[in-house]
Amino acid sequence: MTVQLEAHIPSGPLAQKWGKHRFEMKLVSPANKRKHTIIVVGSGLAGGAAAATMSELGYNVKCFCFQDSPRRAHSIAAQGGINAAKNYQNDGDSIYRLFYDTLKGGDFRSREANVYRLAELSGNIIDQCVAQGVPFAREYGGLLSNRSFGGAQVSRTFYARGQTGQQLLLGAYQALERQIARGGVTMYPRTEMLDLVVIDGKARGIVVRDLVTGAIESHAGEAVVLATGGYANVFHLSTNAQGSNATAIWRAYKRGAAFANPCFTQIHPTCIPVSGEYQSKLTLMSESLRNDGRVWVSKEPGDKRDPRQIPENERDYYLERKYPSFGNLAPRDIASRAAKEVCDEGRGVGESGLGVYLDFADTIKRLGRDVIKERYGNLFEMYERITDEDPYEVPMRIYPAAHYTMGGLWVDYNLMSNVDGLHVTGEANFSDHGANRLGASALMQGLADGYFIIPNTIGHYLVSNKLEKVDASHAAFKAAEAEVAERTNRFLSIKGKRTVASFHRELGKIMWHYCGMSRNDAGLRTALKKIPELREEFWRDVNVPGSDVELNQALEKAGRVADFLELGELICLDALHRTESCGGHFREESQTADGEALRDDENFAYVAAWQYAGEGRSPVLNKEPLVFENVKLSQRSYK
Amino acid sequence: MNLTLHVWRQAGPRAPGKMVVYKAGDISPDMSFLEMLDVVNEGLTLRGEVPIAFDHDCREGICGMCSLMINGIAHGPMKGTATCQLHMRSFKDGDTIYIEPWRAGAFPVIKDLAVDRSALDRIIQAGGFITAATGGAQDANAVLVPKESVDGAMDAAACIGCGACVAACPNASASLFTAAKITHLGLLPQGQPERYRRALEMVDQMDLENFGSCTLHGECQEACPKEISIDTITRMNRDFIRGRLIGTRP
Amino acid sequence: MGRLRIFYASMVGKKVVMGVTGLIGVGFVIMHSLGNLLVFRGPAAINSYSHFLKSTGELLWGLRILLIVAVMFHVIAAVQLTLQSRAARPLAYTKQEHQAATVASRTMRWGGALLLVFIALHVLHFTTGTIRPAGVFSPDDVYANVVTSFRIWWVALFYVAVMVALGLHLFHGAWSSVRSVGVSPPSPQPLHHRISFAIALLVWAAFTAVPIAVAAGIVR
Repeated sequence: MTVQLEAHIPSGPLAQKWGKHRFEMKLVSPANKRKHTIIVVGSGLAGGAAAATMSELGYNVKCFCFQDSPRRAHSIAAQGGINAAKNYQNDGDSIYRLFYDTLKGGDFRSREANVYRLAELSGNIIDQCVAQGVPFAREYGGLLSNRSFGGAQVSRTFYARGQTGQQLLLGAYQALERQIARGGVTMYPRTEMLDLVVIDGKARGIVVRDLVTGAIESHAGEAVVLATGGYANVFHLSTNAQGSNATAIWRAYKRGAAFANPCFTQIHPTCIPVSGEYQSKLTLMSESLRNDGRVWVSKEPGDKRDPRQIPENERDYYLERKYPSFGNLAPRDIASRAAKEVCDEGRGVGESGLGVYLDFADTIKRLGRDVIKERYGNLFEMYERITDEDPYEVPMRIYPAAHYTMGGLWVDYNLMSNVDGLHVTGEANFSDHGANRLGASALMQGLADGYFIIPNTIGHYLVSNKLEKVDASHAAFKAAEAEVAERTNRFLSIKGKRTVASFHRELGKIMWHYCGMSRNDAGLRTALKKIPELREEFWRDVNVPGSDVELNQALEKAGRVADFLELGELICLDALHRTESCGGHFREESQTADGEALRDDENFAYVAAWQYAGEGRSPVLNKEPLVFENVKLSQRSYK
Repeated sequence: MNLTLHVWRQAGPRAPGKMVVYKAGDISPDMSFLEMLDVVNEGLTLRGEVPIAFDHDCREGICGMCSLMINGIAHGPMKGTATCQLHMRSFKDGDTIYIEPWRAGAFPVIKDLAVDRSALDRIIQAGGFITAATGGAQDANAVLVPKESVDGAMDAAACIGCGACVAACPNASASLFTAAKITHLGLLPQGQPERYRRALEMVDQMDLENFGSCTLHGECQEACPKEISIDTITRMNRDFIRGRLIGTRP
Repeated sequence: MGRLRIFYASMVGKKVVMGVTGLIGVGFVIMHSLGNLLVFRGPAAINSYSHFLKSTGELLWGLRILLIVAVMFHVIAAVQLTLQSRAARPLAYTKQEHQAATVASRTMRWGGALLLVFIALHVLHFTTGTIRPAGVFSPDDVYANVVTSFRIWWVALFYVAVMVALGLHLFHGAWSSVRSVGVSPPSPQPLHHRISFAIALLVWAAFTAVPIAVAAGIVR
């Protein structure tokens, strides 16, 4: 059974689509808005902004997060900045250029119309955030300051020191808290969504677990918005927060929502290398560091000298050598792969040999230590805290790590999935970044979705559909609650010999090894054999201590890892079917003569949207063709 | 490294708690403090005991979810560092480490080391925002903001809301948390219309949540992982006095 | 009045009241300690200063009432704030290591209580003459009262000891008052911190000098 994937892209010229669509969408009258309950899961940039804005419009909003406060959502960890086509620097930027850079950066695997709208809204985001009091960096004259970022040749990135995500999230959080105080939003912290309830083909609510008491509860509404972030934790070691998970979108997938491009995962080139087996997470060093740091390794394999002792002519500044026009600012997928390549050649640095140098010596010489400190002081401190090395003196060691997932639930132009009423925003959807996301674009997308798109499109859905009155006593809710309770009890009753964490680690290794920075047919087939075996062992031998009527962090983790064990398989399946290379998805079988990713536009210019087909059955692949009316598909080149 | 841990265990919000001693063996100095606790918890799980509950999420010092009073110091011995970024190289082999939850009446214990900090959210709800509904904002460069103002605002805005200031304060006062937000917004031109109203509402809410008063020991400033200055408290008091005695009109 | 009552109801309001009344106290002890130094210029100097103060009549009583009211508010606010702060942490830490709190800041409450007792004893001793450790008291001869009292070693010792508490209270109180009332400019090493230290040192030295000098026989 395939589903019809209709993207609902408005007709007309690219630049007028969104404006036209906004006029054509039906409106909910102000008096009627408060009669609609909208459920928002997730309180990061996409969820928090959506919840606050929809409450401002007058809707009755219920917002859920698993953390103890909406302010903790992982958007907070974004360091570098947010793009906007303001052209404040007069360096030739425009909405069209941001659109084109983003589309090209995504290796032409996203929709023109969505990406154009994103670029179009980018300026409004900055205006809105400044009005909220976000302290973006400024020049002495009082104007906003910009910096450049990977994949772009203009300076369009707005930033607040190395804490841009934090400041943007706090802006959204404060707006959200204002609405909570006003009564427009009811906030449910420490509450995790465990199932989606679909009645008569429409998403009508969710089943949640109160993480403090363990109570399983239902919440009904007229529409559901999932803003639950990405699934990079499927790799176990990633830059995501410990709690970041795919459970909400995975449950929705199992209730019929199509999962698009799951194999499009981003490996970020500048993270602190792994130091041991016990490690629980990888820490990102902002991409902005590549503005002033030079990436290099020794020309000689196995060179164990102190980096400061290696003379200039024995160093290989490989990004500058291979990509002279972008140099150290090559996009993330390319920089990551290049790092892997030199490490595979045995030229990696550090104890494990899995690392490259990011060196600031030249810039410190040119601009002085104080300038570098002003720009990156907090990042340098963080690096020193973690590694015990002083990056002012010794080059940083960095290595790629799983960071972001471009794939996610399939959505149309209105950000609605193929399940009516189920909307998906931010990283949780697949929409705007194609096969690779450019730096400083995630914050832009989360806020565009949350502040400007979903508050408009949700009204259209509510008016266009006849929604029967449904409350949480409906049989469908009771059935879903029973399933959730049954699953919870199953975790607790296995009482096996392995911890949840050990399964997560093992899954992560399989994913990283066979479905990480480069992928091939044989490896993916191996992973597709190993993952089900591991899943089977999990359900036989996992040990989840404690009970279900209390705060039980092992139980929470068990549910998340169980879902990763299923999602991992889908990722590999998608990666196996897409035999082209594009963006973050590099198939060794498909590369140019000099080792660059080779796209196959003839056969793969589509969105792969996978449909759940039932327990033990292979998911069904639906294809949404990508139509490019405005740009010419070109081989991506950053040389 | 081998360590002796004294950890606060409390089964639930109303259950009695006590310090329990655990041995932590085979700890690498490169582990973070929370990774050390992960290792202890894996051991407890395999021995059939209930692992220690503690809050954490991003593990890169920005989300503010981690806490812990470590050897009597909020977020442990390293200055300007949240617990998740504290590494075991700050300790010696054979050390004894006391681990307790944040203690304040306004932060009831949920379980073991996890506490409920929703009081801080309610302080923000009371006024920790600029009223600027989405849409219709003027161009971001229309209002010039001096670099000094925005830098000062950013220093205060760096607050991660972890509650270490409350935990470290001998009076369990939330003054630094509250003052940081008042300072962040009060230093920006966009924050001026609500400046005095904000100070009144937030300070009143802080009282309602039963935090203690500020006696300017300066413990909060020492404990703060973002090293926010108690200068912000002076500013909070100034805005509060002005708002209460003269009025909230800017 | 309503506005003031609402103001006082909040903890910051109470802190401001403590700060303002404390600063009144700081002004008073500075004047008092300078006045005391007249002892070193002989009986005539200090006795005529005392006569001069008494001759101001209503003004002196005005000042006395101001001081009494200030002390009352200072003490009441302190008690209320202390109770609130105690209640704010119902269960103490098993282990707590102070990182920034000083001896001065941590002895504010007990030191303050000690000073309150001292003030009462001191007024009964030198102002009303109710307590006469030396057995004699002359309302017109301040010099004699001072010298006869401080010749008794334990009286001198008591005063010297309490002045340590006063110095500490003054140091933390003076600079933190400035912050409580919201007037100090932002700075990591603020000027008012150093001025407070100087004031505390000066007042302590002046107050301590008299009993020591008498006990040592320098002033007789």
